[in-house]
Amino acid sequence: MTDTLIDGLYREGEPIADTKAPKGVDISQMWTQRKFDAALVNPANRRKLDVIIVGTGLAGASAAATLGEAGYNVKSFCYQDSPRRAHSIAAQGGINAAKNYKGDGDSVHRLFYDTVKGGDYRSRETNVYRLAEVSANIIDQCVAQGVPFAREYGGLLDNRSFGGVQVSRTFYARGQTGQQLLIGAYQALERQVGAGTVKMYSRHEMLEVIVVDEGDGPRARGIIARDLVTGEIETHLADVVVLATGGYGNVFFLSTNAMGSNVTAAWRAHRKGAYFGNPCYTQIHPTCIPQSGGHQSKLTLMSESLRNDGRIWVPKRAEDCDKDPRDIPEEDRDYYLERIYPGFGNLVPRDIASRQAKNMCDEGRGVGPAVDGVRRGVYLDFADAIARLGEDAVRAKYGNLFDMYERITGENPYQVPMRIYPAVHYTMGGLWVDYDLQSTIPGLFVTGEANFSDHGANRLGASALMQGLADGYFVLPNTIRDYLAKGPFEKLSEDHPAVVQAQREVQERIDRFMSINGTRSVDSYHKELGKIMWEKCGMERTEEGLREAIEEIRALRADFWSNVRVLGTPEGLNQTLERAGRVADFLELGELMCIDALHRRESCGGHFRAESQTEDGEALRHDDEFAYVAAWEWGGDESAPILHKEDLVYEFIELKQRSYK
Amino acid sequence: MKLALSIWRQENPSAPGRMVRYDVDGVSEDSSFLEMLDLLNEQLTEKGEEPVAFDSDCREGICGMCGVVINGEAHGPERTTTCQLHMRSFKDGDEIVIEPWRADPFPVIKDLVVDRGAFDRIIAAGGYISANTGSAPDAHATPVPKENADRAFMAAECIGCGACVAACPNGSASLFMGAKITHLGELPQGQPERWSRVAAMTEQHDSEGFGGCTNLGECTRACPKGIPLNVISQMNADLRRAGYGR
Ligand SMILES: Cc1cc2nc3c(=O)[nH]c(=O)nc-3n(C[C@H](O)[C@H](O)[C@H](O)COP(=O)(O)OP(=O)(O)OC[C@H]3O[C@@H](n4cnc5c(N)ncnc54)[C@H](O)[C@@H]3O)c2cc1C
Ligand code: SF4
Ligand code: FES
Repeated sequence: MTDTLIDGLYREGEPIADTKAPKGVDISQMWTQRKFDAALVNPANRRKLDVIIVGTGLAGASAAATLGEAGYNVKSFCYQDSPRRAHSIAAQGGINAAKNYKGDGDSVHRLFYDTVKGGDYRSRETNVYRLAEVSANIIDQCVAQGVPFAREYGGLLDNRSFGGVQVSRTFYARGQTGQQLLIGAYQALERQVGAGTVKMYSRHEMLEVIVVDEGDGPRARGIIARDLVTGEIETHLADVVVLATGGYGNVFFLSTNAMGSNVTAAWRAHRKGAYFGNPCYTQIHPTCIPQSGGHQSKLTLMSESLRNDGRIWVPKRAEDCDKDPRDIPEEDRDYYLERIYPGFGNLVPRDIASRQAKNMCDEGRGVGPAVDGVRRGVYLDFADAIARLGEDAVRAKYGNLFDMYERITGENPYQVPMRIYPAVHYTMGGLWVDYDLQSTIPGLFVTGEANFSDHGANRLGASALMQGLADGYFVLPNTIRDYLAKGPFEKLSEDHPAVVQAQREVQERIDRFMSINGTRSVDSYHKELGKIMWEKCGMERTEEGLREAIEEIRALRADFWSNVRVLGTPEGLNQTLERAGRVADFLELGELMCIDALHRRESCGGHFRAESQTEDGEALRHDDEFAYVAAWEWGGDESAPILHKEDLVYEFIELKQRSYK
Repeated sequence: MKLALSIWRQENPSAPGRMVRYDVDGVSEDSSFLEMLDLLNEQLTEKGEEPVAFDSDCREGICGMCGVVINGEAHGPERTTTCQLHMRSFKDGDEIVIEPWRADPFPVIKDLVVDRGAFDRIIAAGGYISANTGSAPDAHATPVPKENADRAFMAAECIGCGACVAACPNGSASLFMGAKITHLGELPQGQPERWSRVAAMTEQHDSEGFGGCTNLGECTRACPKGIPLNVISQMNADLRRAGYGR
């Protein structure tokens, strides 16, 4: 470990490596080999093995259902009143799979290639290949469960193409793909609840992970959760713990995430020894409904599939920006994506589409209401599509999205072009995991958006759902058995010092929130943090801005702990207390995100460093210096975080600079 | 806008509840109904009064978590979820009465929050297709006629919010049940368990204390996803085929 602080902010530790992917095998054989090498657990022993899975989104529900079917003794947790409401339900656009049903040249290798390239060469080759490989099974599984994907008249499944790719490999269920996939996984989960292999704990929030060292090194052996209805602090012990708790986009306050999406589970694990990978990698989604004012609690995304038929433009002249768009003639419109990127046009990758929209608005050519003095919106125009396909065909394809837009904005998009603006949508960073999806704490596995692994610096559309289900149905159940084959581990008693300590930590934190009795609401802190993050650690970042942000966050955090107001009691339902815990963790994570963003002096994917751009303003990567995963170790409350680097080696795909021109 | 709200406050499941009046000021027409409640809660916190508990998560009309009775109507005056109801549907100075879902199988947890766990138990009783992971045939092995696929999809849009139950004078969950039974019953994959499914789900529905359907149609009028009444006819037809009389 370096002795002195680098940039005054962090230390550097030993490099880290993923050691589980088989070596010396062709990438197409690695997963088969790993499955073969992983130890088996005899069916009679499975019943004796206790598995905790936190999260019931696509990643968690699919894993719980599958491990329940296999006969393990599963406990499943979520903070909503029902597992069916996990945030995955909100995904609209679709799910990718290398089925090549359209015969347009798709293959496992091409999906692998597109994903690595789309992630701007900052994801791990081995994981991504496996993701592409199992993708086809996902569709089979979901259809068998009754997921009503869109079909053609012949009764076969339909596909569409989706943001940034040139083949049609996206399966969809109108604009409700996430809902339909989740309902499928949820029903499979409830089937196991009925069968008694899974016990469901809804309205439970995990607040701590229990890590025990019984002489053979630390292991995750359970969690502390709060029953949100009774307020009771519960201890749940197990042989293995899986976190499938989703992403942390809500650190920005305004995002497309569900209100309760949080980083707590991952952050608590981080503080107990799990490394946090690439925290600054945030996905900004290009097609959200622009903010209308200060009352707003969240932003709404509209499926990116809209970019297949909608054309994006702004007025050529700033003075036209407050005109009715229908009165602006063709020659006065700037279809800027088609102009700058003729090969991809409106289908350029998300980060490019997002940043260019911001550029247009920063130039003063944005449209719609001004928020804080800037019009933050560009047009997404369906007039051509309506003329070409007819209004009915457009309605059939996008009707529900148009209705949603009208409900929120009060404008009819069949008549007036929609307005869109980028918003925070997804986080590619998350807990570091190896090929087996195991974190740096043995026995703590992490799946879905909560881990960092598959998407690199930028996530392609329709691939998060794919990852969630791939992890939960096919990957984790195979890798976790290798770990569980060493169990059942020694029975733990609830008075084990590590358990007692975890319980105490949770209790003390709650007592502290209840006793501060300050003057400011939890939400006001969250909003302020969100502003700092969006302005200084959002789409475009500078060294100066990030340094300011770190100071501001530290000051805000100190103020929070002395002046936050949490009313009511900790016994029973207390939603302010729940939010206080989440915001406290965001206040710590936010600082790490800024440190990570500061240290990565390159632009890649959704992370644009103003200091690192080409002459014509495109993102400039520095592969010689930064082709690694930044895995951060918690340094302690008073100490700086420690950076471990995992080098990214591209053996099967040539690392190239990106060009969409 | 300025509004006068009457809100059901109830400390915990066993405490008695009561209506409390609040005045809220500075509501934007563009805010959603829940954002209006957020604002009220900020104002209450400032005054040192405990905020009103209500459920929400996605705030985009898809998770089914939100839901209150507004002026006597489940999810309020428009056919949408509470989170997608916007304040432009109200007028400055309006008086609004806000209550939790009222139905015996949905006990109040606190204020506007109720327990809808019964829905999960109905699904656990049989609202699924049994397909173990890894055992599925190729997705194209069984084509599905488009009409069936579309009807299955329409029924699958149910978000499990419970407004149908709250709106029904008998506290029946028939629309929710019918939606699931129709969704799975329209698909070839759903056929093997079709009759056992309807029987098991119905048994669970009744034992949870939901009432019977008397075809009043309040459910479908309140349903934010526009699930039509004919899913209930399909459920009843399937029930008869299953040889299960009520
Ligand atoms: C509006 C929107 C549209 C999207 N569209 C697409 C799309 O078209 N295609 C695509 O591929 N991806 C899309 N995504 C991304 C995708 O939906 C998510 O990345 C993915 O669903 C995450 O799944 P998950 O299972 O990892 O986590 P989630 O679905 O977020 O589930 C998290 C679970 O963890 C639980 N949880 C969290 N913290 C705790 C805690 N402390 N204690 C207990 N439980 C906890 C929650 O209750 C929940 O059950 C979209 C995302 C959004 C927001
Ligand atoms: S049928 Fe409609 S009202 Fe009833 S739970 Fe489903 S979506 Fe809600
Ligand atoms: S909060 Fe999800 S439907 Fe209203």
